[in-house]
Amino acid sequence: MTQTPMSIPDLKRMAGIIRCDIIDMICIAGAGHPGGSLSAADVVTALYFRLMRIDPQNPGWPDRDRFVLSKGHACPVWYAALAERGYFDKSHLATLRKLNSILQGHPDMHKTPGVDMTVGSLGHGFSAGLGMALAGKLRRKDYHVWVVVGDGESQEGSIWEAAMAAPKWKLDNLTVIVDRNHLQNDFCVDEEMPIEPLAEKWRAFNWHVETIDGHDMEQIVSALEAARERKAIPTAIIAETVKGKGVSYMENVADWHGKAPCQAEADKALEEIRRCYCEI
Amino acid sequence: MKSKYRYVLPEIQAMLASKDLFAKAKSEPTRYSYADALLALGGKNPAVVSLDADVSKSMKTTMFAAKFPERSFNFGIAEQNMMAAAAGMATTGLIPFANTYAVFASMRALDMVRNSIHYPHLNVKIAASHSGITPGPDGVTHQAQEDLSIMRSIAGSTVIAPADPTSARMAVMAAAEYDGPVYLSLTRDPVPVLYDESFPFAIGKAVVVRQGVDATLIANRDLVIQALMAAELLAKKGFDVRVIDAHTLKPLDERTVLRAARETGAVVTVENNIIFGGLGSAVAELLVEKYPIPMKRIGVKDTFAESGPYLEVIDKYGLTARHIVKAVKDVLKRKLAGRAKSKAKRKGLRQR
Repeated sequence: MTQTPMSIPDLKRMAGIIRCDIIDMICIAGAGHPGGSLSAADVVTALYFRLMRIDPQNPGWPDRDRFVLSKGHACPVWYAALAERGYFDKSHLATLRKLNSILQGHPDMHKTPGVDMTVGSLGHGFSAGLGMALAGKLRRKDYHVWVVVGDGESQEGSIWEAAMAAPKWKLDNLTVIVDRNHLQNDFCVDEEMPIEPLAEKWRAFNWHVETIDGHDMEQIVSALEAARERKAIPTAIIAETVKGKGVSYMENVADWHGKAPCQAEADKALEEIRRCYCEI
Repeated sequence: MKSKYRYVLPEIQAMLASKDLFAKAKSEPTRYSYADALLALGGKNPAVVSLDADVSKSMKTTMFAAKFPERSFNFGIAEQNMMAAAAGMATTGLIPFANTYAVFASMRALDMVRNSIHYPHLNVKIAASHSGITPGPDGVTHQAQEDLSIMRSIAGSTVIAPADPTSARMAVMAAAEYDGPVYLSLTRDPVPVLYDESFPFAIGKAVVVRQGVDATLIANRDLVIQALMAAELLAKKGFDVRVIDAHTLKPLDERTVLRAARETGAVVTVENNIIFGGLGSAVAELLVEKYPIPMKRIGVKDTFAESGPYLEVIDKYGLTARHIVKAVKDVLKRKLAGRAKSKAKRKGLRQR
């Protein structure tokens, strides 16, 4: 296995492998959320293979960094990263959403090794991450809590309750990455319920805000590394992404939010992803 | 004569038939008893943290905040964030006590309470003041007449509704010992101190606080005192009624309930909660499957209440001793009619 922390080219390749896992597992499951899994794939890859202080052999290590995918429906990207990182055997990926599987339709912390919080109802994961960060401060631990929030999810009121709270307690051990893919289940985020100006909102809530290209591995890594070092203020990284990134017919199409590809579609997707990412 | 009562303070026993009981008895809202116990717990267990949502003065958890400022977190008026953050804290081994009013704990933040606390069975204690219609004057928006039913319906939940300050303090300590979510239903208005320190509080163990053989009253929280008063009124008319403090709504103490059903043959449940899904439902579900006998449920009918002094409101909505007495007489009538019927049936069989 490639060593971590990974180099940028290795991270790019790994993001491709994870995208292939996502397509495979959702195709086999016959249901799931490919669009938002693919848009978050680069950020999640950077976290698990470069940034996070973790030990896949010891998922309950008290001093580990925590990751919470607050947009829990995008769990195929989480499961793929955990499997590729060695938390469990890759063969489990084919059991997504099936009876008796360790991989639930939305993440269950007691079923999946490496899942730090049960999530699925939008908004909760961010607050839970805030709680983990508060606990870290109280106990003088130096772990970091990384939370990925969806842009559609940002319409939930409780997101802003948590956003208001983190700077009060100066949670510099908490970083939120907003997967800004511009689409939600029904329509475009900013048609359905506008969330702009998004960066200004986070800034107004007293966060340090960075806006990056969420598919540019160099930008992702440098923003995450800076967030880890930043003191006295939590960081929000708005990662501009493309929903369905890596699969031409899924990109920017809201209907691929929660629909599984058939085998022929999956084959086409895998071919595109391999061509684009894995041969780097 | 040996007293029928167990654990009930002698001065309370002496006042049960008195109209001035509520004026004369030493009393306290159980939200304050909770705050006392939480403070004591804070000194014993450094993993205990207190989470507030702008009612820390009302619940007196300010005492904990003053003594343990590092372990106290006020989330402002944001119960949803508080509940899910409590869940996150619990994943690290802390024991968060999340304090708010019952309407907010069980309804506004229910999604977090269900999905982020109960589904992963995280070690969060929810301290819910103003439970049931115990905030009399505050009116309907603050009267959580559904909280016990809602909380009982969540898989793996533990729901405790202590009757008095003594048992409320014990409940807080027991909740801290238990690994998993606990919902503590507390009162806004004062309730009399009923019990002495020998009260044997254990989660899931109902307590017989008055012996009796003619019928059984099963009550919780603020209506245990009403059940005791009703039993005293009935005693004067020659009826010997058992009273059970079913402080743990869930898990229900099936053994104690079934034993009472077998030994007394008639049951009335008494709760300051909507009639659907709470204590009455829990007991009815048990008895209808295992030991069907005449039963009646005292609780809030299919209606919202209104503002008013606590005792006047619960009386208007049918939850006080006089209503309980009526219900007991009704089940006793059915019990005796049922016995007469089966006796006649046996006689008829013999004659054939």
